[in-house]
Parts: sequence; C-alpha cells; structure tokens
Amino acid sequence: MSEKDNRRLLLEKAMKERDYKESALLEILHRAQEIYGYLDKDLLIDISASLNLPPSHIYGVVTFYSFFKLRKSGEHVVTACLGTACYVKGVERIMEAIEQEFKLKRGGSTADGKLSLLVTRCIGACAMAPNIVVDDEVIGKATTEEAIEKIRNALGGVKSET
Amino acid sequence: MHLEELNLKLDDLQKIVEQEVDFERAYKYRINVCCSSGCVPFGAFKVLKAFEDAVKEFGVDNECKVARTGCVGTCAVAPVVLIEPGDYLYQSVKPERVREIVRDHVVSGLPVKDMLYKNQAYFQKQHRLVLRNAGKIDPSRIQDYISASGYSALAKCLATMTPQGVIYEIRTSGLRGRGGAGYPTGQKWALVSRSHNTPKYIVANLDEGDPGVFANRTLAEADPHAFIEGMLIAAYAIGAEKGYIYIRSEYPLAIQTLQKAIAQAKAMSFVGDNILELGTFKFDLELRFGAGAFVAGEETAILSSVEGRRAMPRPRPPYPANSGLWQKPTLIQNVETLANIPLIVQNGGLWFSKIGTPKCTGTKCFSLTGKTNNPGLIEVPMGITLREVVFDIGGGVPDGKKFKAVLVGGPSGGCLPETLLESPIDYDSLTKVGAIMGSGGIVVIDEESCMVDTARFFTEFCVDESCGKCTPCRAGLAREKEVFDKITHGQGEMGDITTLEKSSIYIRDASLCGLGQTAPNPVITTLRYFKDEYIQHIVEKKCEAGKCFKNRDEEE
Repeated sequence: MSEKDNRRLLLEKAMKERDYKESALLEILHRAQEIYGYLDKDLLIDISASLNLPPSHIYGVVTFYSFFKLRKSGEHVVTACLGTACYVKGVERIMEAIEQEFKLKRGGSTADGKLSLLVTRCIGACAMAPNIVVDDEVIGKATTEEAIEKIRNALGGVKSET
Repeated sequence: MHLEELNLKLDDLQKIVEQEVDFERAYKYRINVCCSSGCVPFGAFKVLKAFEDAVKEFGVDNECKVARTGCVGTCAVAPVVLIEPGDYLYQSVKPERVREIVRDHVVSGLPVKDMLYKNQAYFQKQHRLVLRNAGKIDPSRIQDYISASGYSALAKCLATMTPQGVIYEIRTSGLRGRGGAGYPTGQKWALVSRSHNTPKYIVANLDEGDPGVFANRTLAEADPHAFIEGMLIAAYAIGAEKGYIYIRSEYPLAIQTLQKAIAQAKAMSFVGDNILELGTFKFDLELRFGAGAFVAGEETAILSSVEGRRAMPRPRPPYPANSGLWQKPTLIQNVETLANIPLIVQNGGLWFSKIGTPKCTGTKCFSLTGKTNNPGLIEVPMGITLREVVFDIGGGVPDGKKFKAVLVGGPSGGCLPETLLESPIDYDSLTKVGAIMGSGGIVVIDEESCMVDTARFFTEFCVDESCGKCTPCRAGLAREKEVFDKITHGQGEMGDITTLEKSSIYIRDASLCGLGQTAPNPVITTLRYFKDEYIQHIVEKKCEAGKCFKNRDEEE
C-alpha cells in the first residue's frame, strides 16, 4: 500500500474513533497535522466532507489557531520562544543572528527548504529563558553562538546527545 | 497482586497506603530526580540514569529508591535532585558527580556539601499547598499520590458528605478562582448545583496562554492527580457526569503525564461508571487540546474551543453556570483552584480560611522570571508583598543591575515601579495599582529594558491574539501599536501620549471579554509610572536602555 493511502487510513480511523463529531474537530485537525505534517487545501476539503461541515468552517477554525500550519515547513525547524521572559532576556538578538546567518525570515524557510524559523508565544520554560527549540530539542539559557552551532549540527545531520 | 487491575472499594484505599508504606519502609533513602520541562534540557534524564546505575554499582539498590519526579521549583539551578529523608536538595547535578553523591550521601551518610542548594530564603517565605507533592512523588504512579493521602478526600466526600455539605466547606474556605478573575469558588459551585438543567459539565482550564507563566504546566507534570481529584469532588458537589481538561498543545510532557494519570485513575475506578464501587457516582473525563490561541483561556471562549469551534468569547449573561457547553450548566475552573479542593475537604474550610488574608484566603503560585537571581516556580500565601517576592525569594536583580519594574499578571498585567513594591499580593490590592493577578506571572525588569518598548511588545502580543470580535480591541490595539512604532522609530509627538491614554480607556471599557478589558494595562501603567521615558523618547529621541531607534537606518 502506498504511503498516501496509509496516511488516509490513519486519518479515517481517527475520525471514526470520534464518531465524525463536530466537537472533535480540533482533535481531528491535530491528528491530521501529525500524520501529514501540515494541512493543505485538499486535506481540509476532505475532512469537511467527512465531518459534513462547510469547508469555510474548517478553514475558519484552522486559521484561527496558530498551531495549525497550512504550508509545509522546512526539513528542520527552529522555533524561537517569544514569551515575556525570553523577550526580557534578549531572544530578539538571537533571532536576528539566526536570520542573518541562515538567510531566512521569521515565519519562513530557507530557499532550499532545509530550515524554517518559527516563533512561538511561550513554551513555558521561562526560568531558563531565552529558549530556542531546534527540531524537538529545547536549548535553555541559549546564546547566539550555541543556537547557531546547534542549527548547523542539525543541518549537517549531527545528532545531539541530550 | 497487580494494583492497576484491582477494583477498589473504600477500604482498599487504606490497603494501598499500607502497602506503599511497607514498600517505602524497605528503603532508607529516596532519590527524587526532577524530570520536568525545566530540568530535561539540562540533562535530567542522564542524571536519572546515572543514579540508577550508581545505586546498583554500590549495591544499595535495595535500600535506595530512585524516582522520576516533577518540579521542586528551583529551575534556576537545574537539574535538581531531592534526597529524602531530610529534604537534601542538590543543585546543578552533573552525571559525572552522581557516583560521588551516592557514595558519600547514601553509603556513608555524609551529604556532599558543595553541591547542596544553600539559598534557604527561597523556601522560607513559601507556603506550599497546591505544590504539596511537587518534586516528591512520581507523577506516573498513582500509588505515590494515594500514599500521600491522595483520593482520601474524594472517599471522604462520597462516604460521609452530601453535595451541599461539600459546597458549604468550599464557601467557608473563602477560596477564589485562581485563573485570574478571582470569583468565589463556592458561590460558582452553588450556582451550577442549583440549576435543574442536565447534564452538567466541568471544564478544567489548563490553557496557560500567558507567556512567562508555567505554574499549571508544572502542576500537571508533577502532581496531575491533585486536580483530577479536585475535579471529581467538584463533579460530585454540582452533579456533573462529564468533564474535560483543556490543555495547551505546547506542553507535550504535561500532556503525556496527564494521559497516563487519567488512564490510571480510570483503571482504579476513581473515574468511570461506578466510582469506588459505591454505585452512587459516575464521572467521565476527557482531554481536549488547545491549538495556540491566548483568548481560549477566557471562560466563554474555552467553551467554544471544547465544542470544536473558533475560540470566540460571547456576551454574558447567560453565564456558563446556566448555559455553558452545549447550552448546559457548566463549571469552569482553573486547575490550580481545583488542586486546592482535596486539602479543603480534608482539613475543613475553616482551616483554609486562616491562610492568607481574610478577604483573600490561601496561597497563589507564581512563575518568577525575567531579571531575577532565582527564577522558578513559587507558592506564597496571599498578602505577601511584591518586595518580599522580588527581593527575598527572588534574591534581587543579577549582575549588579538596577531594578526598574515588575510586571505582574502576564501580558495584560501592569508594570509597577519600585515605589509600589510594598503592595500586598491579593486580587483587590493588585487591581488598585493597575495590575492584575492574572494567571500568576511575575516578570522582573531591570534598567536594561525600555518601558516604552516593553509596552510595545505587549501591545503587539495582544494585537496578534485579539480574536477580532470587538472593534475597540481589534482596531484600537492595532492603532496603539502604530503609535508605538512611531515613537520607537523617532517620529513621536507629544499628542501621541494623549492618543494612547484615550484609546486605552476605550479599549478597556468597550471590549467584551477579559482580553480586551485588560490588554491596555501595560500601556496604562507604563504611562502612569514611567511617563518620563515616553517624553524622553518623543522629545529627546533618546532611549536610555538602547532598545529603540536602532533599526531606523536599516528600515529606511
């Protein structure tokens, strides 16, 4: 079976488990993003047909919540925490350095699609501010040098030990 | 006997406690390794593994239990390890030095002094009720919670108290909602319980959207059963049979811990069709995930989100107590509020009412962050002054820098200057000086930060997070942000101050929900207490902290 069909089956299972109920829309979207990585237009239309909801309703929900992504993100994702504590501790400077070093803008990806830089409003690790997340690894008390080195390692395929 | 498979009756609770006591008695020491979100990035799992290896290597694994626990609160010195008995707290533990701790402390009985946490002042002024078990129990073992007298309050309610009796105790306690608004909890319960419309629902709010706040996350990672039990007691009191815990999707470890805790509570029939096999009470519990919307923490918005829609607030009345989830009576309570409930039921409302101040009883968890020497999670009695928190517990500002302001209450809180540090922390006093209790964020700001830029930062946050329903909030905040951009780029005029003052009042007075009503707080308070900085920016085009004006050339 192709990977595409397999993913669709997983999504169908998730919807069925929740009885195709409207109230489970957020859970279903979460699961869909987990399976596909992002939510494109065809996928949203597919979900709207399964749940018997207008596509506009689904689109409205998806665009309301910042967690849902409509576009594919880079192979590696750097997330800068822009919560209050990280802001006070100067995360802005680190972000600027990353933007310059890897030639991308926050919210976007590099031209080759290898790296995306996202911004989040607080990951709740405020005591260790500033925080930068490289793929799934949180770097607390981050410095510019450390953040850039970790990103280089991730891009170069070096697995971190933590 | 497999405890997980055991269906419990009331007496069985006692048996578990006894078993656990026997089980623990076999151990001379208990090594609690904090593995919460604060310590994990600093190598907590490696430390845990090193302890497990070391106790085997020294042959003390029979007398020494190594447990994976939640947060102690001293996040500044992560990773931390707490060794009982004696509550020896080790700081900044490196895996390389774990052998030394086991050899000296466990084998020879001599704590390794140079690694012990010495800042006793951090704990002295705290009063830990909600965080009673945090860092001391393994959140993935329900037995740990039970042996710390967990679920005995639920048993007490079901066996000896009427729902009205429970509500009476909560009313007596004077407990107020910890989500920020401070509505009396007992009164809320009474309202929902009086409604004849069924079914009734409970929503536990764990959508900790305030940047800079992590108290609820810590609680979920350290002691999830505390608020699950609180929720069950509330359900019994108001007659609800279904509950939802609404949690942020940004908290993966908390979600994992909570999922496990709910599964265990179901397996042991604390949650389910026949709770404690008494045949009198049933309650089903589900998790719901947020998706990154600050406004979803607002009590009517959270309902829309649980129903699977955009988290848009709606006008009240009707209040959720009468018409909430699917137009049914719904009790919405923050998890910190719920974690207080088992203690109140155990010790009585009167006991609780003596903690804190007469009008504002109990304790409050605060996330202490920013330019402070001791960032972390603290729990203090209501009525403590801001100075005690910032200087005694927080240890002041690092690197010899000068204190400038403290932001209390998250992005829609108030920035208070040094002269207001004597203000006591309680709902009413904070509101009086222009701040809010909010969800309990205290961010210390030093001379390196510019207050105009800080106000701009929070306004930008609220622009992003406004749901767009009310014009004053949607358009007013965007307009304020434009004015801030003007001022911080050197094009400010004196009239801008009046514009900000006026629009802040409009936004506050004409918005529907708490987000819009409190969003201008940082602007109002910085204008009230730090107006000279605004004037300096406008007249002298000067920013003493060096935050503003710097990108001017690039952008032009």
